[in-house]
Amino acid sequence: MRVEAEADLKALQATGLKKLKPDKPRIAVGLATCGAAVGGRKVYDRLREAIAREGAEIDLVQTGCIGYCREEPLVNITLPGKSLVILRKVTEADADAIVRAVLNGKVPEDKALCRVPAWDHVTGFVMEYGKGFDAIPLYQDVPFFAPQRKVILRNAGFIDPEDIGEYFAVGGYAAAWKALHGMEPEAIIAEVEKSGLRGRGGAGFPTGLKWRITRDAPGGAEKYLVCNADEGDPGAYMNRNEMESDPHMLIEGMIIGAFAMGLRHGLIYIRSEYPLAIERLGRAIGQAREYGILGENIMGTGLSFDIRIARGAGAFVCGESTALVASIEGRTGRPHPRPPRLTDPEGGLFGKPTDLNNVETWCNVPAIVANGSGWYAGIGAKGNTGTKVFSLVGKVDRVGLVEVSLGTPIRTIVFDAGNGGANGKKVKAVQTGGPSGGCIPLRLFDMPVDYESLNKAGSIMGSGGIVVMDEDTDMVDIARYFTGFATGESCGKCVPCREGLKHTLLLINRIQAGKASKKDLATLQEVCETIAATSLCGLGQTAPNPVLTTLAYFREEYEAKVRP
Amino acid sequence: MDSHALDAIIARYDVPDGRLLGILSEVQEQEGYIPHDVLVMLSEKLGVRLSRLYSLVTFYSFFSLQPVGEHMITVCMGTACHVKGAEMVLSALGKHLGIETGMAQDGKFAVTTEDNKFTVTIARCFGACSMAPVLSVDGNLYGYATPENLPAILAEFGWREHES
Repeated sequence: MRVEAEADLKALQATGLKKLKPDKPRIAVGLATCGAAVGGRKVYDRLREAIAREGAEIDLVQTGCIGYCREEPLVNITLPGKSLVILRKVTEADADAIVRAVLNGKVPEDKALCRVPAWDHVTGFVMEYGKGFDAIPLYQDVPFFAPQRKVILRNAGFIDPEDIGEYFAVGGYAAAWKALHGMEPEAIIAEVEKSGLRGRGGAGFPTGLKWRITRDAPGGAEKYLVCNADEGDPGAYMNRNEMESDPHMLIEGMIIGAFAMGLRHGLIYIRSEYPLAIERLGRAIGQAREYGILGENIMGTGLSFDIRIARGAGAFVCGESTALVASIEGRTGRPHPRPPRLTDPEGGLFGKPTDLNNVETWCNVPAIVANGSGWYAGIGAKGNTGTKVFSLVGKVDRVGLVEVSLGTPIRTIVFDAGNGGANGKKVKAVQTGGPSGGCIPLRLFDMPVDYESLNKAGSIMGSGGIVVMDEDTDMVDIARYFTGFATGESCGKCVPCREGLKHTLLLINRIQAGKASKKDLATLQEVCETIAATSLCGLGQTAPNPVLTTLAYFREEYEAKVRP
Repeated sequence: MDSHALDAIIARYDVPDGRLLGILSEVQEQEGYIPHDVLVMLSEKLGVRLSRLYSLVTFYSFFSLQPVGEHMITVCMGTACHVKGAEMVLSALGKHLGIETGMAQDGKFAVTTEDNKFTVTIARCFGACSMAPVLSVDGNLYGYATPENLPAILAEFGWREHES
């Protein structure tokens, strides 16, 4: 069926709710990439066998991931009228016991992580699961979840990402309906501007302003709207989870943006390292077309908008906007100087003005439209509104995806959610922003995580990777690692980046080999400052950050390795 | 890959965006590398200069001009994997398979064992950081890899300790 009236959406929501909250037990296994790889797929298969063997009336489905990676595989159990219970570290061996418990109206409480009596899906629907299982901790009392605020990951881990019906169930596409049928494009752009939403790819450019510039650019509807899903920063995987766990949220955001900017052509540029995300996005796009939400005459408006997927082929530099466009056009991903920017006439894809936003930026849009800019601006800090998903990884105890309001101190993320160092080790630093970011020492952990504070400390927000380093981490090795990465990924077009990084790497290797003098540290500093000042694109301009920040904050580690 | 099979791939790409990389990716996935004759055929069919196709194939790390072994092992060298010992995993892997892994800084690093059983490459990041260090064999991810548990993983693919 095609969605052509508001009643259609309501009917689809009601049908979807019967799946999400059936009148029989439901078991849902978290099967994003990580969950599947650590045994979730086998757990799913064993559960299916056990259910078949018992002839049990139990729905078995898959969900995306709620982000508590350390506790995976995670399994949700919903018994009619009872709180949803999340089980942790489930193994194949647990399958029979889970099915038996469910058949007796119970859950295996020794495996329970927490219970969820009700869940706010943020875009206007609150799921009431019910009561019961009082001995199991509440979701909000679990230390990993306590400091979090879920706006972007609003559905992740609760719905089946391969079933548009479950997205309808939690109020999906209602924001797009509201925008397309109840708002003027200008009003949508004004709302996004007032919300204060900034680019979540890391640069923090105001999203509403970019939309306005694209809308005002010449070219009519023959302009492009592109989602940057080339999540290249090593240590960052929030975009992967957003696409794998809730692909329709991204599509809905893009539809609203297309309407606001008056565009017909949408593209998602996604890295080839994410096969499951590509598969799920492809399926979600197909489903949206079936329901008349993408394609011609979307939602009965007479407007056309469709999304295609363009795959990357393994080049970090293609996250840079001009390189990304070159890659979609079938050229090598070498950046060109800006201006022209993508939004300029002849500056974008195939010479058309192009709006480019990160996955997570798009995911915020339905929430802003549903709840209003005032609601969104009330989250986070002034100038840094909303939430951000961080991947908290490395040598931290509780590894996972942490979504917090912008302006939350690093300490809260690393110590409250993350419980500090793994295996009782002392945390020394975090690295944010991938190869373009820097290392921030423990003594600065009271710093709020926002675009400006991170820049001031010599790092960047980047896409949201937070890699924890402990007392055993050699910071000079970290600088060497990132310089090696950037050297390998430099496209080779401009001299400062291509040659400068190579010499930076040689210098660091000399330091590591104990063959450098104190003078070499000054040279290292100077080379890095020159690369940052003179490189053509963002890759080169920021590639020295890991060296410069470790030189500033961990100088003693360098000095211990050089001759006086 | 014959002309017919290549036509079938090309037919799936009727719009210019993402076309060249999409076609090349499918060839890479089906053949395990980009054979020279397929590249020549593609150049003729699309009317795109061979030099341009060659520049793409050598620029993007996903493509390989060399045939690969029976099993493809990709070691993630992302930041989380790095701080948790990915280099030790890679060097242990090299020792087990009898190959040189010292040059693995380069994104296009790929080495195949003499018996053509395994090709070892690196990835910049699989985005599976929570189970670092990570490696993938034929597309299946293995988390928490250590030099100690490598033999068990390799054994799943027909590797035997004494052979090295």
